[in-house]
Amino acid sequence: MRFSDEFESRFAEMLTHYPTKRSVLVPTLLYAQDEVGSLNDEVIAELASRLDLTELEVRNVISYYSMLTTKPRGKYNVQVCTNIACMLRGGEELLDHCKKKLGIGHKGTTEDGLFSLEEVECIGACSWAPAVQVNYDFHENLTNVKMDEILDECKKKGTQ
Amino acid sequence: MASLVSHPDEVRVISKRFGQGATDIDRYLQLDGYKAVQKALAMQPDALINEVKNSGLRGRGGAGFSTGMKWSFVPKQSAKPKYVLCNGDESEPGTCKDRLIFEHDPHSVIEGVMIAALAVGSHTGYIYIRGEYRYLSVIMQKAIKDAYAKGFLGKNIFGSGYDLDIYWHGGAGAYEVGEESALMESLEGKRGIPRIRPPFPAVVGLWGGPTVINNAETLAAVPHIILGGADWYAKLGTPKNGGTRLFCLAGNLNKPGVYELPMGYNLRKMIYEVGGGISHGRGLKAVVPGGSSTPVLLPEEIDIPMDFDSVAKAGSMLGSGGVVVLDDTTCIVKFALRTMKFYRHESCGWCIPCREGTDWLEKTLTRFHAGAGSKKDIDNIYYLAENMLGKTFCPLGDAAAMPTMAFVKKFREEFEDHLEGKPCPFEKAGAAEPVIA
Repeated sequence: MRFSDEFESRFAEMLTHYPTKRSVLVPTLLYAQDEVGSLNDEVIAELASRLDLTELEVRNVISYYSMLTTKPRGKYNVQVCTNIACMLRGGEELLDHCKKKLGIGHKGTTEDGLFSLEEVECIGACSWAPAVQVNYDFHENLTNVKMDEILDECKKKGTQ
Repeated sequence: MASLVSHPDEVRVISKRFGQGATDIDRYLQLDGYKAVQKALAMQPDALINEVKNSGLRGRGGAGFSTGMKWSFVPKQSAKPKYVLCNGDESEPGTCKDRLIFEHDPHSVIEGVMIAALAVGSHTGYIYIRGEYRYLSVIMQKAIKDAYAKGFLGKNIFGSGYDLDIYWHGGAGAYEVGEESALMESLEGKRGIPRIRPPFPAVVGLWGGPTVINNAETLAAVPHIILGGADWYAKLGTPKNGGTRLFCLAGNLNKPGVYELPMGYNLRKMIYEVGGGISHGRGLKAVVPGGSSTPVLLPEEIDIPMDFDSVAKAGSMLGSGGVVVLDDTTCIVKFALRTMKFYRHESCGWCIPCREGTDWLEKTLTRFHAGAGSKKDIDNIYYLAENMLGKTFCPLGDAAAMPTMAFVKKFREEFEDHLEGKPCPFEKAGAAEPVIA
């Protein structure tokens, strides 16, 4: 299986950073997921073989970390924080708004595969609440109107 | 990119390079960058440790342990390599300060790791950044690369004959990994399950070698201490609580933001002057003073200096610096439930009191908030929390128990207002959540 050149050079370099091979596993899984879309059977088998691990050992690690997934998400994964600081400033209402606007619930994906929605725990944006991450991009001090603009922009980019 | 704020009472030490373009290594050098590590190279390791001890610097991750003391626990001689591990897995709800340090001043963290390594005789450091902070990992990876290119890292740093490597490492979503032993497990490529202690990481840590683990903000303070001197730093704060701290003001405030204030700054002043007071002209109901795991304070309890010892005396903890302010329209039962939902989600499941306790508590609080609670549930919530306290491998169990006990103790009447089918008094009629059987 083929990853990008950037992935391969990062992987090769990271292997030199630790006394054990498996130490590269957690960040490597995330980078692999970013390229492939999910940690499917093929990715798991590939990384297990590269790191001298069993597939079960790799799956064991995947199931622990909330960002890792074996099922594909939408092109834009909308992660709404509803933890305490965001809750106090409308995070739950923002999540409800996203549910209605996208027509999906927590961990759902739209039929066109464009959006996924997730209610997430604290993303470290407490002083700029309520906050959302779309993939890795932070959006802060949000209102329903600002959220609509973000989603519309994603839709425009994603359907071009 | 998180927005920056300012207030005249701020004392800028850690944040002095924020907004100054210091991610660029040449700009960082103009702003006194990498001077401290060169000074440290000319000092003896014991002198470095003593300097940090005397500065009164205490762990900014939440525990508040003396940083110099922690360093001194690392054995001088070790058959296995020694390591320095920077904890940048910031995820305590209410906390968003390390993010600003990585975004605006990544080299200060690198320099802090370097000085820690010199102090304990380590030649390898890791900077662990949570997976959600991808843009910060990009910034950090570039900063490390630039430091190597200048000869500040690698073989023979600054021509001293000392070899020192520092690497970036990334997480993939887990609060528990912020706990130091789980952090090491994660870096070793495993599930973030805590290790039993003793042995402590300073003796048996990463791959069995002695390991110093410090929070990113703690390490970012170290170069300033080495350059400015322990006395200068200690005097910025209160006795035994040296320096300044990044306070993350969040919740129902007019001017939330991350402000750098001296240790011991008055909490009431922090809320009403620095934070601009309660938004929408409402009243203050309660304050969570140091991240979601710290016991809540009532309005009559907030005339206290914000240092580790004073907040402990007031029955709470200074914690991670996340000050979350609740206005008088907040339902405490709902707030307690949201807090518990978080801990239930993040419990690694390794030990039973935490795994089962957080689950029972979330279910009980959910039912309670929906109006299906009974009077004995109130005692039961307290009892469950009390039985988690101090009975788990790592502090996540305590982190879930401590705030819950405080909510019940200080807001018992509000719990009673939810009894026997009464809808939540803070929600509009008919808006109550469905009852979970």
